[in-house]
Amino acid sequence: MKPPNFKYYAARSVEQALGLLAEHGDGARVIAGGQSLVQDMNARRVAPRVLIDVNSIGELDFVRPEDGTFVIGALTRTATVERDGDVTGRLPVLAEAAARVGHVAVRNRGTVGGNVAHADPAGNLAPVALALDAVLVARGPDGGRDIAVADFFVGPHRTSLDPTELLTEVRLPAPPPGAGSTFLEISRRGRGWGLAGVAAVVALGDDGTVSEARLALSGVGPTAVRARDAEAAVRGERASEETWRAAAEAAAAALEDPPSDIHASADFRRHLAGVLVRRALGVAAARAEGRS
Amino acid sequence: MMQEDYLTVRLTVNGVAHRLGVEPRRLLVDALREDLGLTGTNVGCNQGVCGSCTVLVDGRSVRSCLMFAAQADGAEITTVEGLARDGEMHPLQAAFWEKGALQCGFCTPGFLMTGVELLRRNPEPGEGEIRDALAGNTCRCTGYEHIVEAVQQAARENSGEPIDTEGPPEVDIAAEVVRGEGS
Repeated sequence: MKPPNFKYYAARSVEQALGLLAEHGDGARVIAGGQSLVQDMNARRVAPRVLIDVNSIGELDFVRPEDGTFVIGALTRTATVERDGDVTGRLPVLAEAAARVGHVAVRNRGTVGGNVAHADPAGNLAPVALALDAVLVARGPDGGRDIAVADFFVGPHRTSLDPTELLTEVRLPAPPPGAGSTFLEISRRGRGWGLAGVAAVVALGDDGTVSEARLALSGVGPTAVRARDAEAAVRGERASEETWRAAAEAAAAALEDPPSDIHASADFRRHLAGVLVRRALGVAAARAEGRS
Repeated sequence: MMQEDYLTVRLTVNGVAHRLGVEPRRLLVDALREDLGLTGTNVGCNQGVCGSCTVLVDGRSVRSCLMFAAQADGAEITTVEGLARDGEMHPLQAAFWEKGALQCGFCTPGFLMTGVELLRRNPEPGEGEIRDALAGNTCRCTGYEHIVEAVQQAARENSGEPIDTEGPPEVDIAAEVVRGEGS
């Protein structure tokens, strides 16, 4: 099928995009990389009357490490983040999550802001944002506002962004120096749609116990979720396989209602969540110890 | 649809400048195939899944079924028709030929464009890197072994050099081809 027709506007600036959003309201959609939106339009799952193209707003395409925070422009391509030297060096959880978005051609076009704002329950960047306590920066008709990631994801493909707002930045506070991080995902094929994914950050104290742990899961609920019970299960404990197993059990037990579909049953997704938490804690802790 | 709803798009395809009048909903792949007659790029799934419509936009691989022609305004596009030079196959095309890396050929243009991008960025990819890069392209008859071997062979024969640093031919603006405008 081909998409139904629409009015097309190429915004040259954030102000212009906001003006168009205010003018066209609910019937308008912002298009950045378009890797999910055009797919939905081709299948006629959605039919926006107006598309506001933000690809020409170059000021939204940047990766800027500021004191302790990675500030990423919403238009930054996933492929850029995947290869950015600062990101791969200091925030492997983000680089690894970005590298597992779709395939090369999808990452060349798809954007960080689009991935987050699309709010796909199985999206890769949402758990990273949750694990790092991200702040989403939006601009709207009344100026800008910062949205804590805990308040951002409302449901499948739903966020607390107002239809007149544009997501402009994703601010990711970097984990403490010496912390290790990783993103892991399990798909039916080596590359492909994730059944479940996990973002993990681990910091170790001088005595070898876990001083800080952050875990967030994707694919196991209507939105990505923080695995706080699992975090509590490892904090202050010795970094060991036994500890990771306890966290895995806590993470699986805390899931309310994992989705069940032809790709995986709810029970299997719950099982995967535990496996991923256990493995990711091991990888992140090893990195924190400087072993890999 | 009313004439004023057509958008004028200027784009360069395989070194030739074009000016096109398109509906906003015109997908890039359909503009290439239907408006410009470049039918080497195939439409498989129209869902961004199969990779058969892969082209290079400003040097980077893109699913041309997930991009509107209007969004390619000002872009330089390379399709499979732009790979051969002076009647000589591109080194990756030659390697596909020698390794028998195709059967029905439907997916081949997409594999070639994905492979060309890989070999430009990484002239000496390992097998894992090749498989990873090609994972977004689906072949339903030959299978992947020969395709991976073809990319390996092209890399070997280029002995670690980027596969084709030479850009597309100079654009001849005077030869700009106008189609479909206001039609």
